[in-house]
Amino acid sequence: MPLGRATRVLGLATTAVLILAACGTQQSASSGKIGGTVHILGTWSGAEKASFDAVMKPFTDQTGVKISFEATRDLDAILQTKVAAGNPPDVTAAPGIGTLIKMAKAGQVIPLDDKLDMSQLNANYGADWINLGKVNGKLVNIYAWAALKGLVWYDPKAFQAKGYQVPKTWDELITLTNKIKSDGGKPWCVALESQAASGWPGSDWHKEIVLSQSGPTVYDSWWAGKQKWSSPEIKQAWTTWGQQILGSGGSNVYGGPQYMRATTFGDGGQGLFTNPPKCYMFNQGSFITSFFDGYTPKPTAGTDYAEFALPDVSSSNAGAHVVSGDAFVMTKDTPQARALIKYVATAQAQDIWVKRGGGKIAVNKQVSLDDYPDPISKAEAQTVQTTKIARYDAGDLMPTDMRDAYWKGVLDFVQDQSKLDSILANLDKVQQTAYVGAS
Amino acid sequence: MGGLASLVARLQIDWETLLTVNLPALIVVLIAVPLVLFLYIMGTELIVRRFPKRAQPTVRPWIWVGPAILLVSVILVYPMIGTIIRSFFDRGGSNFIGLGNYIHMLSDGGVLIVLRNNLLWLLLYPAMVLIFGLALAMLADRVSYEKPVKSLIFMPMAISFVAMSIIWQFVYYYRPPDVPQIGILNAIVVNLFHAQPITWIQDTRFNNYALILIAVWGATGFAMVILSAALKGIPGELLEAARVDGANELVVFRRIILPLMMPTIVVVGTTMVIFALKAFDIVYVMTAGNYNTDILARRMYAELYAAQNHANSSTLAVILLIAVIPVLIFNVQQFRAVEARR
Repeated sequence: MPLGRATRVLGLATTAVLILAACGTQQSASSGKIGGTVHILGTWSGAEKASFDAVMKPFTDQTGVKISFEATRDLDAILQTKVAAGNPPDVTAAPGIGTLIKMAKAGQVIPLDDKLDMSQLNANYGADWINLGKVNGKLVNIYAWAALKGLVWYDPKAFQAKGYQVPKTWDELITLTNKIKSDGGKPWCVALESQAASGWPGSDWHKEIVLSQSGPTVYDSWWAGKQKWSSPEIKQAWTTWGQQILGSGGSNVYGGPQYMRATTFGDGGQGLFTNPPKCYMFNQGSFITSFFDGYTPKPTAGTDYAEFALPDVSSSNAGAHVVSGDAFVMTKDTPQARALIKYVATAQAQDIWVKRGGGKIAVNKQVSLDDYPDPISKAEAQTVQTTKIARYDAGDLMPTDMRDAYWKGVLDFVQDQSKLDSILANLDKVQQTAYVGAS
Repeated sequence: MGGLASLVARLQIDWETLLTVNLPALIVVLIAVPLVLFLYIMGTELIVRRFPKRAQPTVRPWIWVGPAILLVSVILVYPMIGTIIRSFFDRGGSNFIGLGNYIHMLSDGGVLIVLRNNLLWLLLYPAMVLIFGLALAMLADRVSYEKPVKSLIFMPMAISFVAMSIIWQFVYYYRPPDVPQIGILNAIVVNLFHAQPITWIQDTRFNNYALILIAVWGATGFAMVILSAALKGIPGELLEAARVDGANELVVFRRIILPLMMPTIVVVGTTMVIFALKAFDIVYVMTAGNYNTDILARRMYAELYAAQNHANSSTLAVILLIAVIPVLIFNVQQFRAVEARR
């Protein structure tokens, strides 16, 4: 049959092609420095990505390892998909570590205790910072830099013109808030819009108050799901924020609930710099200066804006601060990934982060205070050093669905504070299921 | 030329990465895949020929359609059955709880709002797309500058839903009443109607309609082009005869144009209904489901990735599937009716 012969010839041809293909996929081994590529999954873009590139340049020069960086704002979903597909990135740099904790418990993150020189790390990192990176007693993430939350930004010129003093205690802060209001101004700007993460800036207010008002024990059992949202301590933090800072119906805040919910968090500080000021104070993490730099006209650090740390709500928890930072974890054990993790913990790498600004503070103690580019970041570095009780962002430590419900609760709370009880009941309901399988 | 050279230099193109193509894989895709298909048909033809002559026409189509059935079974039917089974088990996946997940989901106030919103999308999105599309097709048919107008209206079709959402964020932009509005919609509200600006995305009175409008803006051009083609397919003599008989334009539209276009309208309409059920991007980008705007597909995504609750996400997937079935049946019936008329 003529068809049969044709088939056989074609079959031979196919086999030949497949053999060629198989040969071609084998790659020649590299020599010399470590070489190769490290695939990193992260969230940075724009100025932050440029800073990351600057930090990585000496690493590539020294080791010959190329950086392949994949950016996504939806890190949790992308990471889980990649891991589930058996195709994890070598290294993941995550701003929120809820998912990483889950993954670490499931054994999907590689412990670093035997991969790093721990005595050197202990010498360079404060014990608090190493402990923040531990899950079930094993070190799984390394902080490349830290940032402070709970900083109140203000315009020193506006304060001077009205004779306002920087408050040193919580009572002074509330007195100042009421004085600004009676002078006809708006004390606060609050901006909560952040697309899929809308509401988080308000949760920063709340968790800072929880930590400072009720202490680290309550804070820890709360984020771990062992303390109810409707418990007196957590509820008190909501009412403190609502009544003392926001005022009834949001009357202490420029633009009220509508403006709070519709305004992107990065634009929230613009009210400080108008003449006359739309508001006098704005609570946001140290990173916000990189957004200030984008305002027109661009405000100058020191003369146009300054910051003070949110005062202690209760003196029994003095010096308590919520801190954050980007955590590096190894999701695939390769020589390149080990070298990278080692590098981000060095003073050399962190020196580059802090010099480029953006509110990043070095975790490595070898980085000198003189390396900070402006008095504001230097003051923040000093605050980090004097912090007595450091806790990671509670929202980032919660399971992702708990955190999302927390943010949503903030949006509902600012709209109508009288609904607090039903908001807390709903959060309790989410708490009951969110921690299942996460313990 | 010097300018071009410096431009190319400034681009800093990473040629190595750009030109690194997995050549063997490319060869396999370009040569081996068609080859294997060819061999499959040839090889099976040999087998078919061993069958008695009369049985051959019955066997052959099954062999040709076999790979497709196999693929659909593996990547569609198998996961679908898996999802349905999964929806009857608890979160851990080990205990059978019957309809427990469904009862839990339907008693959750949040899910009821999700279903209400899906219903809004289901009713408003296809209806508005069809009304606008049909009106524009009719109007454009009567002007000399039809082509540029249709091209302009069709253009949003080329934009992804995510980019559309970003564009409309500017349209809906909100600023407090004491400063000038920069979003066009609030500028109109404040300057023309002397009213307070509205937070279109956050205000639960308007936000669902604001989101649906974005999708309508994107799909109207598509509907218009297809309906316009159907309109042009109506014989001119028919319309002329009706007008000669004294029918006014409204009667011509209702008694002649509409019935003749009905098959096309149904096809466009059912496509839009399926789009409405699958809607995700716009809500994800604009509100992330906040402010009572959540819809099934986004909620399913949140349950799957954020909560990693496979019981809830499977349950929502099945609810979505059940909602699509009547639309599919209707669509198939309509196709059959059109076929029968030929």
